[in-house]
Amino acid sequence: MRPETAHDESVPHTHPEPGVDPHAPLPPAARALRVGIGGPVGSGKTALVAALCRAFADELRLGVVTNDIYTTEDADFLRRAGVLDPARIRAVETGCCPHTAIRDDIGANLDAVDDLADTVGPLDLVLVESGGDNLTATFSRGLVDRQIFVVDVAGGDKVPRKGGPGVTAADLLVVNKTDLAPMVGADLSVMDRDARARRGDLPTVFLSITQDPLAHRVAEWIRHELAHHRTAVAAAPPAALPPSVAVPTGSA
Amino acid sequence: MPTSSMLLLLADGRFPAGAHAHSGGLEAAVAAGRVTDLGTLGEFLRGRLATAGLVGAAFAAAAHRAVPTADRAAELGRLDAELDARTAAPALRTVSRRQGRALLRAGRAIWPYAPFGDLPGGAAGPHQPLVFGLLAAAAGLSRTETALAAAHGTVTGAASAGVRLLGLDPYHVQALLIALAGACDTTAADAARAADGPPEELPAAAAPLADIHAEAHVTWEVRLFAS
Amino acid sequence: MRAAARLVARTDGRGRTVLAELRGEPPLLLRQVPGRDGGVTVYVVGGAAGPLAGDDLRLDVEVGRGAVVRVHTVAASVALPGRPGAVSRMRVRASVAEGASLHWLPEQLVAATGCAHLADSRVMVADGGTLLWRDELICGRYGEQPGDVVVRTTVDHAGRPLLRQSLAVGPDVPGWSGPAVLGGAPATGSLLLLDPARPAAPPEVDLGGPVAGTASRERPGAVARLPLAGDAATLWTATAPDADTLRQHLTPRLPGPVPAPT
Ligand SMILES: Nc1nc2c(ncn2[C@@H]2O[C@H](COP(=O)(O)OP(=O)(O)OP(=O)(O)O)[C@@H](O)[C@H]2O)c(=O)[nH]1
Ligand SMILES: [Mg+2]
Repeated sequence: MRPETAHDESVPHTHPEPGVDPHAPLPPAARALRVGIGGPVGSGKTALVAALCRAFADELRLGVVTNDIYTTEDADFLRRAGVLDPARIRAVETGCCPHTAIRDDIGANLDAVDDLADTVGPLDLVLVESGGDNLTATFSRGLVDRQIFVVDVAGGDKVPRKGGPGVTAADLLVVNKTDLAPMVGADLSVMDRDARARRGDLPTVFLSITQDPLAHRVAEWIRHELAHHRTAVAAAPPAALPPSVAVPTGSA
Repeated sequence: MPTSSMLLLLADGRFPAGAHAHSGGLEAAVAAGRVTDLGTLGEFLRGRLATAGLVGAAFAAAAHRAVPTADRAAELGRLDAELDARTAAPALRTVSRRQGRALLRAGRAIWPYAPFGDLPGGAAGPHQPLVFGLLAAAAGLSRTETALAAAHGTVTGAASAGVRLLGLDPYHVQALLIALAGACDTTAADAARAADGPPEELPAAAAPLADIHAEAHVTWEVRLFAS
Repeated sequence: MRAAARLVARTDGRGRTVLAELRGEPPLLLRQVPGRDGGVTVYVVGGAAGPLAGDDLRLDVEVGRGAVVRVHTVAASVALPGRPGAVSRMRVRASVAEGASLHWLPEQLVAATGCAHLADSRVMVADGGTLLWRDELICGRYGEQPGDVVVRTTVDHAGRPLLRQSLAVGPDVPGWSGPAVLGGAPATGSLLLLDPARPAAPPEVDLGGPVAGTASRERPGAVARLPLAGDAATLWTATAPDADTLRQHLTPRLPGPVPAPT
């Protein structure tokens, strides 16, 4: 069983773009790449956010929006992780409906993203952590450009088989806490096989944040997606407003 | 122009304007031990409808009325100042402007040619009822329909928060809303009528506990609802 | 009964406040008492009990440039029922000029069972004017349910709306004693402080409600200190189990020279 290399040595990318320098200067009109991080309660979303903050500390201008039930402990956690100024974290209340806030009614999250840019200046990457939910929660494409779904082995090796939009459609599936696999009797090769069956060519990463506090392979994937995002943004002007469904004003 | 379907769309709690994250003061009232069951929730909704509901609906109707006027921006500016003067609690002013901003985002995406640019409020955002009035006008609703959808929203949002916060039987809570329907119609009619008058005469129904609860709520470390 | 009263204050050559006009008629009589620090203090002396439904009372107050006026009442006024279907009205119209100061600190308004009363105050404060304005409402005499009362307060500052609030209680008012409005408290009120020498105080709140761990005891009432939009004025708003507690809540503890609210 070789979970860490269950896939190719380098994480396959959704949008391979050879020849693009990931450290190319930011095109002036570019907006931050927005990456959603979803998944069940306790799977390690906040831990992954912290790992990515560490990984990108000297490399990217980073902001975080959390839909987690937000406590000072969470903020402290990210601050202690040593890499994120609290001014770069925004919390969004979700009224007990975490999936609504990231999927059906995304305004509060979009406002939080805008607020970050307004207060701390232009950003390269915004991580949006969803509140812990079930396997059916996914991010709206209106909110994020890419989404990562985090499950853990402690929930048992059946999780990928269950599918659900998070597992099947996320741009990256992270199976976290592989260090616990022997303890809970989870068979990573089963999880790998099921993930491939569910996800086709979409990539999956097996991870133990405890053992890899910089989440190297996830960071590498984001670097690649960011490079692709920048070329895409540079090539295409901002999308036009959607067509009006109604009349000009003045009706009474 | 037939507007029934449009009214239903704008009154729908699933209209993406962030309503799901607001309890209309209920989260704080529950925490204070003042709303504990179906009976106290019913009283809460009744009081909210007669105060915040009436004021919000009247200002939505007044903004709707301002749309075709020549000095629309100035009129909306007066309404903005009048609504500020009716919202003593800074937490509630912030909430109204945050909700206005969320609604504006939806409105701009759906009706890009509506005159949202005339709304006052700057970076803090425009007051929610003013945005709603413009949006309802863009949708072709009448003034009374505008007030009705606005009043309806002030009770349905809090009622649904009640289901989530207190674990109440959803059928019973729906029955509460059904029982309130007549009061909601009356409130909307009063609000629409008030919008005929000058801005300074618009309803100013006060609710001391709404102000007090809102200021307590913003100080909490952990909140499930934004208000 | 209809009655009108009028108070006009100016300054004399030496900066002391003088009353250019002070007149009233029963049951609305005005009495000047010796004031402090150059200002004047005036008491509204009610006639018999009242107002009774059907009464129409009006008081005009004009505080000219630099003048300092304090208005009190000698006792609480009790709104009482009168002719069936009739409403009693107490209208106050006040203006406060630049550099002038008005403290409006009456005793409570008590809403007796069956009353129908409107207390309607409109105050215009010029830029640079000072206003301390207290409204206190007791819903029913001891152990009694109140009649219908509306307390409406409209304040403009420098030509812009500063405060608009209209508190309604009584059997015709839906939800007034419920958890969205008064939470069963029989006493409620507010105190507005607009003072050019003092910026609005930051928000502060005491929520009251049940005391943790006790079944029956309630902390007495709830109060919030609210900086109004524009940050020029502060409003205290409170609910309380009785008039004394309410008065305590509406007696602000502020650093610096404290406006004497009694
Ligand atoms: N053993 C082990 N524990 C981990 C790993 N990653 C995270 N954890 C722990 O799992 C717990 C939950 O992690 P969080 O990052 O808070 O999970 P979350 O998904 O953000 O949780 P919610 O936001 O509550 O849904 C914490 O105690 C972490 O320390 C890992 O790789 N291995
Ligand atoms: Mg988390």
